[in-house]
Amino acid sequence: MWISFQTIVIKEVLRFARIWIQTIMPPVITTSLYLLIFGALMGDRIGQMQGIDYLHFIVPGIILMTVIMQSYANTVSSFFMTKYNNSFEELLVSPTPNWVILTGYVSGGVSRGFCVGLAVTFTISFFVEIRPYSFTILIATFFLTSIMFSLAGFINAVFAKTFDDIAIIPNFVLLPLTYLGGMFYSIEILPSFWRGLSVFNPIFYMMDSFRLGFLGVGSIELWKAFIVPIVMIILLALIANYLLNRGVSIKTE
Amino acid sequence: MTLALSTEGLTKTYSNNLAALKGIDLRVQKGDFFALLGSNGAGKTTAIGVICGLLKATSGTVKVNGLEQKKHISEVKRMIGLMPQEFNFNPHQPNIEILTTSAGYFGITRDKSSLRAELLLKKMELWDRRFDVAQSLSGGMKRRLMLARALMHEPQILILDEPTAGVDVEIRQSIWQYLTQLNKDGMTIILTTHYLEEAESLCRNIAILDEGDLIEQSDMKKLLSKAKKQVLILESEEKLPENISIEHCDCEKLDDHTLKVFQGESTTISDVVIELASSNIRVSHLRSAQNRLEKLFLLLTN
Repeated sequence: MWISFQTIVIKEVLRFARIWIQTIMPPVITTSLYLLIFGALMGDRIGQMQGIDYLHFIVPGIILMTVIMQSYANTVSSFFMTKYNNSFEELLVSPTPNWVILTGYVSGGVSRGFCVGLAVTFTISFFVEIRPYSFTILIATFFLTSIMFSLAGFINAVFAKTFDDIAIIPNFVLLPLTYLGGMFYSIEILPSFWRGLSVFNPIFYMMDSFRLGFLGVGSIELWKAFIVPIVMIILLALIANYLLNRGVSIKTE
Repeated sequence: MTLALSTEGLTKTYSNNLAALKGIDLRVQKGDFFALLGSNGAGKTTAIGVICGLLKATSGTVKVNGLEQKKHISEVKRMIGLMPQEFNFNPHQPNIEILTTSAGYFGITRDKSSLRAELLLKKMELWDRRFDVAQSLSGGMKRRLMLARALMHEPQILILDEPTAGVDVEIRQSIWQYLTQLNKDGMTIILTTHYLEEAESLCRNIAILDEGDLIEQSDMKKLLSKAKKQVLILESEEKLPENISIEHCDCEKLDDHTLKVFQGESTTISDVVIELASSNIRVSHLRSAQNRLEKLFLLLTN
């Protein structure tokens, strides 16, 4: 089982590494533009957020957004493609258990989130001095976030029938939720109605704990910020495993 | 003789109520070279899918080397190597990686699988293309790649769904030779093919599926002996006379040098040739107008 797991992870890493121009370069360029426009050009006019320079304030959000989008994109595109070209049958005829398949794909998503997140952090280091407040919180938030969105991407891929189906969620759900999750602002500046609404956005919790780990400032208690993704991960993992065991859209019924 | 594969009352009804398999009882002996034939939609690919765990059976059992598939799914999957009809690899992956990845799914380490991949790619004449991506290969090369992949984990039973479709004659012959060698070495091979001469020349036992029913399962020789009548095409260098008659046979002159003979039940090919020779007609070339198995197949499947 370990070898099967390793094989899936290596396959996934090689896949996104082979197409680095599509997977690693675009987030690096986007990050540079974000920092240039929102940080360097407009940052001074905006001033401070939660007592921190705006340029520094948006850094954790930009990194976490990259992790979210890349982890999701990896599992959704990779698993959908294996369905599309029927190469998933290679796994179905092998003795690899479904939970190993799931953990393999999720680890692929986490790996891409990590690699691209690291590339983006490296790019950011040219604009701002990076001195994290707590590595433990940062790493814990990174893993919780990337696992959760890799699982979500996997479920999306199970149900996807066309290429449109794998683009709808990232563009119309994930991106707005990320922006509204406090990427560019603190929810403390929001009117009470919108602040109340933000608590239903799971990305808000991850964004808050990541910012805490990076800058030492947060809006909510840390345990609350961790419990939401943990519950989401358990739920999504159960759903994904159930779908695989049932063979939904993989085995013809 | 121990059975490599057996099914009992195997049925598969799809969610659209299509009954693809209607309670088939297959028996494949260990070390056999077995042909599973049937026209399009007969249920061959469904049967293979169920046996390999790609599809869930509606009812019935599958046993592989005495192990019930449902209870011992991992062991059973390790015993089977499948070469499916459709290309089912990642076309953007390098060929050698396709093989080592597949082996990895079966728990084979990268070191061992690299050696095995080298051996098989050389055997399939694909070693020079090992770093190319699969989509750059021709149709025949892709088939050979799929055969190599099916053999990566050294299965005891090899299931081949149309292995030589789109493969040129030369390569087809070399694949036949290789499969024969694997079978001699003890591997059980189950073959589905549309080339009936392929089944006739390679397989010892045969089963024919028709609309989900198993309508024939027997020894290839026994089955072929049912096809007593043959239609022969004979060619002569000399110009043929206007009227030709052969005892117990019907003759039809196709042109001045070609004769079609509808062989009678009690008449052998030698009888036909001898009788023509007695009329000073020397046969320079002889062939069967229709493959015997093809004739039987059409007869059995209407």
